[in-house]
Amino acid sequence: MAAQRFWEHKLARFGVIVLVVVTASVVLAPVIAWHSPTEINLDNRGAGLSWSHPFGTDRTGRDVFSRVLHGGRVSLLVAVVTATLAAAVGVTVGAIAGFYGRSIDTVLMRIVDIVLTFPALVLVIALVAVMEPGIKSTIIALSVLRWPQIARIVRGEFLRMRELEFVLAAENSGASSRVIIVRHLLPNVVGPVAVALTLLMADAILLEAALSFLGLGIQVPEPSWGNMLQDAQSINVLENLPWMWIFPGTFIIVTVLAINFAGDGLRDALDPRSDHG
Amino acid sequence: MLSTQEATMGDTDTGPPLLQVENLHVRFETRSGHIDAVNGISYHLDRGESLGIVGESGSGKTVSVQAISRLLPTPPAIIEGRIFLDGRDILQMDGESLRLIRGNRIAVIFQDPMTSLNPVLKIRRQMTEAVRTHLGLRRRSASKLACDLLGRVGIPDPRRRLDDYPHQFSGGQRQRIGIAMALMCEPDILIADEPTTALDVTIQAQIMELVADLQDELRLAVLWITHDLGVAANLVQRVMVMYAGRIIETGPTRAIFGRPNHPYTLGLLRSLPRPGTYSRLASIRGQPPDLSDLGDGCHFEPRCDWARAECLQAFPDPTTLENRMVACYASDEVAAERTD
Amino acid sequence: MWTYIVRRVLISIPMLFVISIIVFGLAHFMPGDAVAAMISPDSPAADEIAEIRRGQLGLDRSVMSQYWSWLGQLVQGNLGFSFITGDSVTSTIGARMSATIILMGSSLMFSIVVGVVLGVVSAMRQYRTTDYGLTVLGFIGLSVPIFFLGLVLIYLFALRLDWFPTSGIGAPGQDRTIISTLHHLVLPGLSLGVLRIALFMRYTRASVLEVMRDDCVRTARSKGLHERTVISWHIVRNALGPVATVIGLALPLLVSGAIVIEQVFQWPGIGLLFINAINQRDAPVIMGIVMLSAVMIVAVNLLTDIAYSFIDPRVRYD
Repeated sequence: MAAQRFWEHKLARFGVIVLVVVTASVVLAPVIAWHSPTEINLDNRGAGLSWSHPFGTDRTGRDVFSRVLHGGRVSLLVAVVTATLAAAVGVTVGAIAGFYGRSIDTVLMRIVDIVLTFPALVLVIALVAVMEPGIKSTIIALSVLRWPQIARIVRGEFLRMRELEFVLAAENSGASSRVIIVRHLLPNVVGPVAVALTLLMADAILLEAALSFLGLGIQVPEPSWGNMLQDAQSINVLENLPWMWIFPGTFIIVTVLAINFAGDGLRDALDPRSDHG
Repeated sequence: MLSTQEATMGDTDTGPPLLQVENLHVRFETRSGHIDAVNGISYHLDRGESLGIVGESGSGKTVSVQAISRLLPTPPAIIEGRIFLDGRDILQMDGESLRLIRGNRIAVIFQDPMTSLNPVLKIRRQMTEAVRTHLGLRRRSASKLACDLLGRVGIPDPRRRLDDYPHQFSGGQRQRIGIAMALMCEPDILIADEPTTALDVTIQAQIMELVADLQDELRLAVLWITHDLGVAANLVQRVMVMYAGRIIETGPTRAIFGRPNHPYTLGLLRSLPRPGTYSRLASIRGQPPDLSDLGDGCHFEPRCDWARAECLQAFPDPTTLENRMVACYASDEVAAERTD
Repeated sequence: MWTYIVRRVLISIPMLFVISIIVFGLAHFMPGDAVAAMISPDSPAADEIAEIRRGQLGLDRSVMSQYWSWLGQLVQGNLGFSFITGDSVTSTIGARMSATIILMGSSLMFSIVVGVVLGVVSAMRQYRTTDYGLTVLGFIGLSVPIFFLGLVLIYLFALRLDWFPTSGIGAPGQDRTIISTLHHLVLPGLSLGVLRIALFMRYTRASVLEVMRDDCVRTARSKGLHERTVISWHIVRNALGPVATVIGLALPLLVSGAIVIEQVFQWPGIGLLFINAINQRDAPVIMGIVMLSAVMIVAVNLLTDIAYSFIDPRVRYD
């Protein structure tokens, strides 16, 4: 029923198809791209689009097409791992806060409030600066930033369900807290969490891109969509080698848009009452 | 059929009635199917007259009057038929002509006074905007008029309270404000859509009395919607009983309630609590019909003690007797029943 | 009303206290040594000079005592002194403040006005082509990296068309005038504002659609008001309350965006200062900016709540 509604959502269907294509091509990057993403070719610097280099080459003669596909692996990896980590922490904290309530809830929710008080990029940059910039620190910083949103959603759902009859019935029949949480409550938050996670992945791709663009995320020579755009801070690249920044930028936009469409479709499919164009 | 019905129901007044509704149908088209809310009703309302529309929720009474000032969103609603105000068909009017009628000639008071006033605007603004739009009154004279009417409907210290917000008034007071607001442009027709349902019983009586007084004073025609027969009996000269989007019985209030000719009306009367008696209330058995699947026969047949074969065949043609009308094959037998 | 405001202010104090601990902790654990970076390692007395500098900067004391003295200065509005330049952090930030406020303020105004108008239009045209088109555009707005839009705008309007300068807040060697500042503001302001339109449009649309179903809108229609009166006074006025709270939500996004946009356009604001301080491990400046951004967001959340209570009188008396 929900799956059918999702598939009838035109934008969501479009999003899923695009996502499958993008994911497949970045996962198969080593097979698809015939140039190495890091191989420098000083004889072929800043070359325009050609059959050999469909997206041109950059200032050191590396193949932009190959870098975009390999960069996508890093960007998508960061998004998926961040979403998984944030979900793991967020669901745990949210479940504990929502189930036990009282002072545990108050303390945990204050922490959530505090994390949410910082502007995203300010906190992420400060966290990355404490660690060494790279994939690992990017993932950690983004997860630290985003788990509170998941925790809030899960806690809200738990608080709501806490008073419902099936939970009270399970409690009266002597089920342990763990069983109630895992068997009875968690399955009911899968929907809202899934919606939040898709949006979180979109957000993670954008934040990783911004961070790498500032030189604080994924470090060169390893490509990511964000750090490929870093070169465009040079007016020369911006003006004369537009393929160097247009392609990674377009990949970011198309991928994030596809995830947002899919997320919207998911929300509509799981909550038929919701009203989105 | 329509003409005979109207002829016998019409008053002795000369000229066309103030409001004439002919064969009104309202259907809602939704994704999950359609709902036939109003299924061909015809009636008229004369100047200064009070007419009650009685029925359970879902009988189409509210929808049928909201169609008059076209407050139903279309789509999903589909309105067919003709609604003449002074000979002009409201359903054929363009938006601007319709706007000039709304609030000016036909005013509405709504069911829930807690939600029908705008929470973020002062009472002054809400009361004066219609009269300033329709009659071009200046701010000051509009405020003066609002102040007078607030006082008339029983709001103490109206001059000061004009600058309050709706949430600063009680439910009963808000409904008084709603009434005052509706009367600002001295309309010809006041549609009262169950305005007392959301209020306490004591307040209900006050509001009813207020509307009755104002009606005499201003020679208003009132269309009073209610599910409460007691309200109708005290308030209106003529009553229409609706069931499943049709008028099943209509006539002078006293005659209808004194000797109902339709089993549904009889059932409603019998389910009314009476002071001084402790007998068990008789409720009407069964459920109201499914409006998305109304058959050809009488819609009340499944719940009716007088049901017979012909009730399943076709909806009974209305029969008229003196100044009343009933749509039932067994009306003679019902008329012989005692009401208590 | 006043008790409500005072209560809200008091609630935020313990929160700010915890935030100050986090901020201090972050700066304290930041690797790299500003003192070592200041002194040439070739200097024969490098270690001794470093010791002396540490003593001057108070870095030889215990963590707790460093924190308390920092906090003590903080509540007096003194954020310490830059490790790199030795200037007061408060005055360094103060000097950059106006540029950031101009940038963020103008783009916020722009995105609110355009976003609210488009949101109302979209809601009024629900399920028609206009609404559908605006919704898709809104999705695109949420999906474009803000710095990428900045790059595209520079490429098109500064490099190709040469209508606006590529960077900075004023032409070098010339006096800054309102005109020249506005001229420099257009591209970064648009980059920061355009994408946020989507946010305000979305919330406005949802809010308007909800209000349109309200009984009080039906009442307004039943009074025979002009449609524009119904929309502006009854629907939009009611819908604005929830939209005001979105400003509170939008602000953190705006700060994040400003950091990137200031970098793209070399706009001499706090964002640029922040990135430089991070690259130089200038802890006092970093702490000052992170703290300031958190305080600002707490303050704006407070202000939007108060603004909401002015738009919706029901909140005031509860």
